[in-house]
Amino acid sequence: MKLGLVIDLDTCVGCNACAVACKQWNTSGTTGPLTDFEPYGKDPTGVWFNRIRNYEVGDYPNSKTVHFPMSCMHCDDAACVTVCPTGASYKREEDGIVLVDQDKCMGCNYCAWACPYGARELDREDGVMKKCTLCVDRIYDENLPEDERKPACVMTCPSHARYFGDFDDPNSEVSIISRERNGEQLMPELGYEPVNKYLRPREKKNVDTYVNETNSIKAVKDWVNRLVAR
Amino acid sequence: MHPALSVIFFTVTSGAGYGLFAITCLYNSISQSHPLGDEGVLLSCAIALGLITFGLISSTFHLANPKNAWRAFSRVRTSWLAREGLLAILFYPIAALYMVTIWKGIGGYNWLAVISMLSALWAITTIFSTGMIYACLKTIRQWHNALTPINYILLGAMLGGLIFLFIVSMYEPVITGLVVTSTYLIIIAAIAKIVYFFWIGTPAGPTINTATSFTRSMVRLLDVGHTAGTFLTEEFGYQVARARLIALRWLVLLFAFAIPALVLWVGVGLMPISVVFAIAVISGFIGVMIERWLFFAEARHVVNLYHGTQQC
Ligand code: SF4
Ligand code: SF4
Ligand code: SF4
Repeated sequence: MKLGLVIDLDTCVGCNACAVACKQWNTSGTTGPLTDFEPYGKDPTGVWFNRIRNYEVGDYPNSKTVHFPMSCMHCDDAACVTVCPTGASYKREEDGIVLVDQDKCMGCNYCAWACPYGARELDREDGVMKKCTLCVDRIYDENLPEDERKPACVMTCPSHARYFGDFDDPNSEVSIISRERNGEQLMPELGYEPVNKYLRPREKKNVDTYVNETNSIKAVKDWVNRLVAR
Repeated sequence: MHPALSVIFFTVTSGAGYGLFAITCLYNSISQSHPLGDEGVLLSCAIALGLITFGLISSTFHLANPKNAWRAFSRVRTSWLAREGLLAILFYPIAALYMVTIWKGIGGYNWLAVISMLSALWAITTIFSTGMIYACLKTIRQWHNALTPINYILLGAMLGGLIFLFIVSMYEPVITGLVVTSTYLIIIAAIAKIVYFFWIGTPAGPTINTATSFTRSMVRLLDVGHTAGTFLTEEFGYQVARARLIALRWLVLLFAFAIPALVLWVGVGLMPISVVFAIAVISGFIGVMIERWLFFAEARHVVNLYHGTQQC
């Protein structure tokens, strides 16, 4: 199995619900807590497994605001795992999920340096590295109803911009949708082979903001005006 | 990248220590009779081990969870950090064997040659793997090139050479051959560093376009998403004004290379020899410390692309 996410940049509205759901689920999950510092103070900061940034793509009027959620890509060639000296970081054979064994980590940050996607964050309180677990403590939980055995972020997304599944199965939802809509890897040139795929917004013609009045009389007037001007 | 003092101390002092040890072994095995004597060789080795140990202890201050540091040798097969740690730890018994050989005068000439070569090679390999810790990261273009380990080795050897000069000068005032060799080392190290500065000159790595997959249009950051600093901004967001970086590069060239080379060249006749070498050592250390600080400050991690940098 090769488990991962597909993120649809066309429908994501940037509401941050996935990030909040992630934080809520994981702070009491296997790698929790996701420590916060000064949560009610002036500069609240803390550990997140999922962050959303916002970009403008293209130039006005052919531009679009793109909301961009990023969590661990569970890379096929995960340098975060190979560089880890302690063996705390590992990639599971059976489903490709990349995890950190909190009991082995010495908090050297080296894996975070090796990750191009900013997916790893040191918990300064616990002194260990933390990251997206692909909700490994949800997706196999047999106490949950079958259709809830999905990552918290996928479950919660109100615009259905996140898909979860097995990329090794050509007929899975994630395989089909990333095939049909050209799912893209981020920074493929680094060769990490990130498993998560991003669907770019569908290309649409720009809709004019101002619609000019057009009728035949105006067209004749314009034509006469242009003639006179010459 | 955020320049952490503990890592700067670690790489500079342990590099100088390994350089000094290697040079001591080589010098002692190549020249049959020399002013140092066994006592001088042992003193030199002891100073080298002191520097190495200081560096290694300093490196553990960088760890957020040092109680697991003993696990750092588990992934030797894939991790340069684990390799460096293992090479550094195994260096101690080898160094001890070398020092016992000198101290007790055991073994014949062949054994001395073998153990000298082994210690020297081991020391250089350890500096090499320190450099590879950084050079193997594809995420940082300024580090991911062959000049990184070369600079580490050359600067370690250069500092080691300067300290060695100082130690030898305590036994013998006229050591022209060594001074010349040391000056060559400084020049070679300087050339490699200057090439590095040019090599990393302008951004040439991944762009915000490949980072976001929008490779056919302009991409600009609108909102970075966080309202206060994060681990990512603290660790990777470190930025210094370009003019300051350039000024610091000149300071590196001045302190690490120009001053030591100049005092070795013209100072030998003018001042007491130990003052000359002391100036060279101190200036060299200051210069290489700045060099190591710059090595981090100039490095641009690709995660900055997601924070709005156009190219790394
Ligand atoms: S996204 Fe980063 S942390 Fe996740 S597997 Fe890839 S390199 Fe490792
Ligand atoms: S911070 Fe922990 S998981 Fe990351 S490389 Fe260091 S020991 Fe491994
Ligand atoms: S898969 Fe789970 S841990 Fe990963 S971002 Fe989604 S909610 Fe967070």
